[in-house]
Amino acid sequence: MENDLIIFDNVSKFYGEILGVNRVNLSIAPGITSLVGPNGAGKSTLMNLMTGLLRPTRGTVSLLGVPTDSPEALFRKVGYCTQFDSFPRGVTGREFINSFLSVHGYDRKTANMLAETALERVSLLDDADRKVAAYSKGMRQRIRLAQSIAHQPVVMILDEPLNGLDPMVRAETMALFRKLATEGLHLIISSHILHEVDVMSDRVVLVNNGYVVAEGNIHGVRDEMEEHPMQILIRCSDPAKLAAQVFAQDHVVEARLHDDKRGLFIKTKDADRFYLLLNEVVALGEINVETIAPVDDDMSAVYQYLIGSSGGSE
Amino acid sequence: MSTTVSSVEAIPVLPSSWSLWLRQIGAILRLELRKNFLSKRSFLIYLITALPLFPLLILAVVTPPSEEWRDFQKYSIIYSIVYNGLILRTLVFFGCAWIFMNLFRGDLVDRSLHYYFLSAVRREVLVVGKYLSGLITSIVLFGGLTIVAMLLLYLPRFTSQSVRFFLEGQGMVQLLTYAGITVLACIGYGAFFLVVGLFIRNPIIPALLLYGWEWLNFLLPPLLKKISVVHYLNSLVPVPVSQGPFAVIAEPTPAWIAVPSMLVVTAVVLVISAVRIRRMEIHYGSE
Repeated sequence: MENDLIIFDNVSKFYGEILGVNRVNLSIAPGITSLVGPNGAGKSTLMNLMTGLLRPTRGTVSLLGVPTDSPEALFRKVGYCTQFDSFPRGVTGREFINSFLSVHGYDRKTANMLAETALERVSLLDDADRKVAAYSKGMRQRIRLAQSIAHQPVVMILDEPLNGLDPMVRAETMALFRKLATEGLHLIISSHILHEVDVMSDRVVLVNNGYVVAEGNIHGVRDEMEEHPMQILIRCSDPAKLAAQVFAQDHVVEARLHDDKRGLFIKTKDADRFYLLLNEVVALGEINVETIAPVDDDMSAVYQYLIGSSGGSE
Repeated sequence: MSTTVSSVEAIPVLPSSWSLWLRQIGAILRLELRKNFLSKRSFLIYLITALPLFPLLILAVVTPPSEEWRDFQKYSIIYSIVYNGLILRTLVFFGCAWIFMNLFRGDLVDRSLHYYFLSAVRREVLVVGKYLSGLITSIVLFGGLTIVAMLLLYLPRFTSQSVRFFLEGQGMVQLLTYAGITVLACIGYGAFFLVVGLFIRNPIIPALLLYGWEWLNFLLPPLLKKISVVHYLNSLVPVPVSQGPFAVIAEPTPAWIAVPSMLVVTAVVLVISAVRIRRMEIHYGSE
């Protein structure tokens, strides 16, 4: 259903002569979608286009059927946690959230209730009445997150929301995102922490130099990269024998014994056919397979193959 | 971080309506008035407002030797000169420039404008809310200044005559007329500086150009005089003062034309601001 989607229809954005993003076509369904790419790739530009902070040079963007140049309708549904680490001067955390809920149009009682809930969700209730200027970086990140979710949007756009958070809060935040996603919300998250993208994302959009280079489920994206055969490590009782059996297959391009002689690295152009073959081998009972582990079927590998470096890590 | 918070009671749906927009304007006003009156930027406004009060306080204690300071009848002329030359053309002008240019430009500099842009509020409503906040701020400060300055000039030396002048004579009418002119000046200059702050990154130059244009208004031919705020305001002054031997004399615009004209021009400028703000993007320079 189209009204359930975030749609980029042939969108380009130029800053004068400089390319922001070019010819972007996306249809994003509910769940967690991660925007991944190096610094300056165009992730924030995509997010700012989704929220009307930027206007496309060409094409159109709509969120759940609402065009981005209708802020009154758009921000009933959308919350955006930006990377801008700035706040109105002199406000406490609670005042910050309350005041912008009032700008949304909520009366004092409803605004207080929504602010309380948002502060509780980001574990900032105890510090809510301190000045934001005195907050640590992680607390400022959380208060921005609270502000973006306070009006209970159904689409949340989060620009590097895990930056500056300590490991415990980071894990809790990811759990919160997963919970919101299971409730049917859209979460668009940009991140350069690839293993976190792996853990929490339903799908990814890889951006590089202003272009969307791949999109979809991580494993689906990986499967489509035929120029990079899938690497699989099989731990088994007789790797040499297994190597002899699989090497005859045309889709297997490399079979290499592990250094400890107890495993076999396979590179195959067709992982599905390889797994079928492995089933047959196991069924014969000649080789005892202990573990099968894809080596490069994750976000880091996809990122490395498509963008060319190992991305970020923390 | 809590993932087990009980879901909030159903929050009310907020359909677009005048009552919603008025509530949003109220919320924007509260935020902006706090900034206008209590932020570090407001220090300059207080300084501008206090500027004529210091000499007037000194004059309240020390009477200058010249003859006209001893003649009560001359005080209406003296105040008119102070009001035209200092309060209206300089302090209200630059005060409004500072207040209204910073309504959006200040938020851009502080990198906090996006919080408004990410709220479910029409940008036209935002323009109205911010403009009204600037208007209230400038009217409170400069309207107050207009009244206090006049009272400070009259009351210390001719107390009983002044009390009669204000309560029984023309004083109250003059006082309210000057205050009304200040309000109109805030409305007109405010709209101009709001739109300048939206279109131009460094609004000081257009402000200085307008300042020069307004000061040279007395030299301009009658048709060009009409393209200025001060021409209409001068037409309303209760005690006209001579503009000097080089002034090009033009018929003053009647109040029934001057006031509506200024309000119409202000409305047009606000519409231009609203159109501009609808198309505005957030860059904050470093992106």
